Amino acid sequence: MHWVKQIYNWLELRLQLQAPVEDAALHPVPRNTASWWYVFGSAAFTLLLLQIATGILLAIVYVPSAAHAWDSLNTLNHDLPLGWFLRAMHGWGSNFMVAVVLIHMAQVFLFGAYKFPRELTWIVGVFLLLMTLGMAFTGEVMRFDQDAYWGLGIGVSIVGRVPLIGGPLVNLMMGGPIIGGATLSRFFALHVFVIPGTLLVLVAVHVWMVLKLGINDWPMPGRPVRRSTYLAEYHKLSHEHGFPFVPGAFWKDLIFSGAVLAAVAVCALVFGPYGPNGQPDPTIIQTNPKPDFFFLWIYAILAYLPPELETAFILIVPILGIAVLLALPFYAGEGEKSWHRRPVAVLVLVTVAVSFGVFTHLGTFTPWSPIMDAWTSDTVPSKFLQDRTPLERQGAIVFQEKQCRNCHALEKVGGLRGPALDDVATRLTEDQLYRQVLQGGGNMPAYGKNLSPPETTALVRFLTTLHPSGQQRATDASSATAAEVTPPATDAAKQ
Amino acid sequence: MTQTPDQTPTQPPTPGEQASHDDPRAVSRRWMFLKIGVLINAAVAVAVATPVVRYLLGPVKRKGAYHSWISLGSIDQFPAGETRLATYENPFTDPWDGETANTACWVRRVDATNFQVFAINCAHLGCPVRWFPQSGLFMCPCHGGVYYSDGSRASGPPERGLFEYQHKVAGNVLKIFAGQTPTLSNEASNSLRVLNNYKGSGPCTG
Repeated sequence: MHWVKQIYNWLELRLQLQAPVEDAALHPVPRNTASWWYVFGSAAFTLLLLQIATGILLAIVYVPSAAHAWDSLNTLNHDLPLGWFLRAMHGWGSNFMVAVVLIHMAQVFLFGAYKFPRELTWIVGVFLLLMTLGMAFTGEVMRFDQDAYWGLGIGVSIVGRVPLIGGPLVNLMMGGPIIGGATLSRFFALHVFVIPGTLLVLVAVHVWMVLKLGINDWPMPGRPVRRSTYLAEYHKLSHEHGFPFVPGAFWKDLIFSGAVLAAVAVCALVFGPYGPNGQPDPTIIQTNPKPDFFFLWIYAILAYLPPELETAFILIVPILGIAVLLALPFYAGEGEKSWHRRPVAVLVLVTVAVSFGVFTHLGTFTPWSPIMDAWTSDTVPSKFLQDRTPLERQGAIVFQEKQCRNCHALEKVGGLRGPALDDVATRLTEDQLYRQVLQGGGNMPAYGKNLSPPETTALVRFLTTLHPSGQQRATDASSATAAEVTPPATDAAKQ
Repeated sequence: MTQTPDQTPTQPPTPGEQASHDDPRAVSRRWMFLKIGVLINAAVAVAVATPVVRYLLGPVKRKGAYHSWISLGSIDQFPAGETRLATYENPFTDPWDGETANTACWVRRVDATNFQVFAINCAHLGCPVRWFPQSGLFMCPCHGGVYYSDGSRASGPPERGLFEYQHKVAGNVLKIFAGQTPTLSNEASNSLRVLNNYKGSGPCTG
């Protein structure tokens, strides 16, 4: 193998990389940093490389034109050998990347690694997070199906709410007056050139700082960070009680990165590529656009924000949030690193994680969306039709025909936007039902103009029969008093 | 080595001399030429940046530049008392826009002479709204916005009614003044009419 050594020496004389590489690989790290908790950063980097590789391979076939993007994706899926697998790797790689980046950030936060002297590493990291989310959004746009098209429309509408410059910003984002070829082209340039270039530069800076400053030492309660003493303490920890990064700590990074790549491949094999879904034809309005999983939480928040708050909220809160993140190392740059001594930090992390989880979960089944075909597809359960008068059955027909089912469920089938109506008769009296149907209220529109008086009567009569058989209907106290004076003939038959 | 009388042997500068020659505070030719080089590059950068910035801001045009009168076809295809979907091809398109050049809108014919043409985009965040003639409501699938048949807001996250296009009937043809995707900052029409928002009617209902 003498020739191998010769080639190596020839290269080394000219590149002179051996010394800095050895320096980086063999630099001492504190023993307790060889932990499985520390592998997420390198896993994120591995996924970035995977995305670049699969992205380049996809770019060989993908056509970034509004007219042909969808077709080229279907060609990839069906006509090219293992094209579907490549698309699936890239799509699942992006899901994993967002997840791993978020886990890495949570771990860094929990371990106080943003404190002195790693403040700039954290700040660069925040920008890396924003850029990762930017890649996720622009990547979604590349799929250019109905979800992507209308998702872009939502992004454009949000940008349009910026005061003063909203109008020009909208045209700038779309590249013209409508979402079309110009829009896809500029998002392609962003997704393939601008953001990855910036990502690579910032990742290099981020990793450089980790190497130069050393990996964060394992937080110990009772050992706070002080600017005056930390550097000397850390030097002692790593040099006197440490071991070389390679192989001491690096083997865990290697194994986890390998496992993550394998997981991406397995998901790609089992679940296949995502879409493309319907063609991005804006005249196909029978569509239910949804973002990819990492933006479902925004989807949920935008549905629940009250209209008067919305513009201020979506323009100010993200900026505030990012400002808080960037300023974190400056108002919490010293002190205890261990989570045993940082209850506020743990609480904040748990709150954010739970909120994120709850909103994402809500976004998976979108209870706020009317189910557009419930009025024709979901039948009225037969138990609500038996032993009813013809007028009440007519009311059930009105109930379906007027799209009530789009927002209201019976026996858990139907829309979730409004309350389920299985027992509405126990909550609202007949008069209250008339008022609610005719005038609406809350999130319900008024139906007064769209129901004739006979239809309204039939509908309310039907609704008053919707109660569990053992339970009384809600009744007005005044009508109960009137009933004592003149006992009604029909009521006894209904009970 | 023999030397001519008027030629002194060149010696390398002593460290002290070297320091003062490279000291940026010292007026030295090398540094001056460097600064001239930087200035030339700065001037070229500004000169080249100007058309580049113009290029990047190209899509930003004055208000109304993206609007023109577009025909929706004969008014006979819109029966009185009904709301129907109409589609048109946007005139401001490139050949590679494909099917994204097609745009939809809802045409409501109130009576023989009165129309309302609504943009397909929900006034909340732009998703396409669907018309249900039985209940007389437009419903948006994304976040649950609902509008009445006249376009005013019924319920949900939108803070105003549907965007309306300016329209006219020329001969037997319905035309709309459109071309730009409507958002809250580029509303579909330039009219002052404000449809019901969450606070009730605007000051100029007409």
